[in-house]
Amino acid sequence: MTEVANRDAEVATAEEPRTHGIDISSLGRSSDTLKLEDEKTSLEVKNLKLHYGEKEALHGIDLIIPQKRVTAFIGPSGCGKSTLLRCFNRMNDLVDGCKIDGQILLENQNIYQRNVDVADLRRRVGMVFQKPNPFPKSIYENVAYGLRIQGINKKRVLDETVEWALKSAALWDEVKDRLDDSALGLSGGQQQRLVIARTVAVKPEVLLLDEPASALDPLSTLKIEELIHELKDEYTIVIVTHNMQQAARVSDYTAFMYMGDMIEFGSTNELFTNPTKKQTEDYITGRYG
Amino acid sequence: MDVTTKDSHKQHISQQFNAELSELKNHLLVMGGVVEKQVSEAVEALVKSDGGLADSVRARDEEVNHLELMIDEECTQVIAKRQPTASDLRLVMSVAKMVSDLERMGDEASKVAKMAIKLSEEGESPRGYVEVRHIGENVSRMVRDALDCFARFDTEKAIAVIKEDKAVDNEYRTATRSLVTFMMEDPRSISQVLSVMWVLRALERIGDHACNIAEHVIYMVKGKDVRHISVELAEKAIKARR
Repeated sequence: MTEVANRDAEVATAEEPRTHGIDISSLGRSSDTLKLEDEKTSLEVKNLKLHYGEKEALHGIDLIIPQKRVTAFIGPSGCGKSTLLRCFNRMNDLVDGCKIDGQILLENQNIYQRNVDVADLRRRVGMVFQKPNPFPKSIYENVAYGLRIQGINKKRVLDETVEWALKSAALWDEVKDRLDDSALGLSGGQQQRLVIARTVAVKPEVLLLDEPASALDPLSTLKIEELIHELKDEYTIVIVTHNMQQAARVSDYTAFMYMGDMIEFGSTNELFTNPTKKQTEDYITGRYG
Repeated sequence: MDVTTKDSHKQHISQQFNAELSELKNHLLVMGGVVEKQVSEAVEALVKSDGGLADSVRARDEEVNHLELMIDEECTQVIAKRQPTASDLRLVMSVAKMVSDLERMGDEASKVAKMAIKLSEEGESPRGYVEVRHIGENVSRMVRDALDCFARFDTEKAIAVIKEDKAVDNEYRTATRSLVTFMMEDPRSISQVLSVMWVLRALERIGDHACNIAEHVIYMVKGKDVRHISVELAEKAIKARR
């Protein structure tokens, strides 16, 4: 009792709160203090409009994707988040009747300029889809594929890169003894990580993940999320997900889209605890829109 | 635009979730009602030297403890099952914290009742009843207002409660000073006057907890944490448009 009283008295008379020499300002997590204005820009979207035939699917999107951070796109089905993601490496070029106005700048260069080499763009901006799509080849050849296309055939370089990519994708330990087995024999979660390894093998700058975990069981999902967390030191990651908790867990920034418009974009911490727009609030809390 | 209103927890697609949040809110208000009654009756028991009333105040502590456990469990369940976000998350977090404040208020009311019993048995204090009645009334009103602003998601009223707490703190200081002076003049009554000082201390603490509740209400409605900042800054925070 007296000890407590003494301590109270001490605290009361001390000019500053006693912290036993610990710098409490360093205790917050780095993600708590992220500010968009301090970030370097990786991708910049300027007034992007996209038509599928007559229908306008994106109504003038403006957005900055920060470098080496995870940005999540959330929103109801058909809001345009996958469409927007696919614009970043011009996957929509393959869609008939798709017309795009506006600009997307990657490192300050418009990727929709005439002289852009689309194959090179897709090397720099890699994409992983909802369903794992390994090639019907060996595990090794799946990862080496992108390098072989670039004309790299030296066995030593390939070996090194394959090992590095598989390690980056947290798959190496599980497959190192069976690199020559068919990739189709892997589990869904392993296949998805293999596809991510294949994507990072060509050293892209940006990784686009379109629902990367929606076909996976909870444990594989956690592995993918862990992987995203590790990869963000090296890559700018943009992820589309229907799972809001996943967006909240893995991303630094979140963009909420609705009916082809960007409704709100901000730090994930802020957006999931105190969104500024009512539409965002209604969506993330599961209310009537 | 206020994103969060008192009815916003009734608009989920999941009716079950609506029901769970409504229940949480209602149970907190029930608990608040019990504590509110405890506080006003404890003051009454002391001022009227009514040992029977004081006993019933102390008996009601069981109810409060039971409600605390129940509401805490409900909060845990909602977090586990629903992973609430945004205003829902703020509601659940605030309720979980307000429950502790209410429980502590109940404890303080019990202390007042205990002193009421002691004074009714050992003889009344020659001084201090005016102060107890006055601060008691103010604090009872603060408790009621704090619960009202929770029920109505009323941040203006929450600010009023925070301001009232400053006033009560001042009154408490003045009252203790005059009671200390009195004890120096009349050492024979020290024991009784000390009991009254414990009562004032308990009431002042109840005011602090009511103030905490008001701060949680502001966080719940506006998403702004106004603890440990001045009232002026808190007022600015709730008015600021983001």
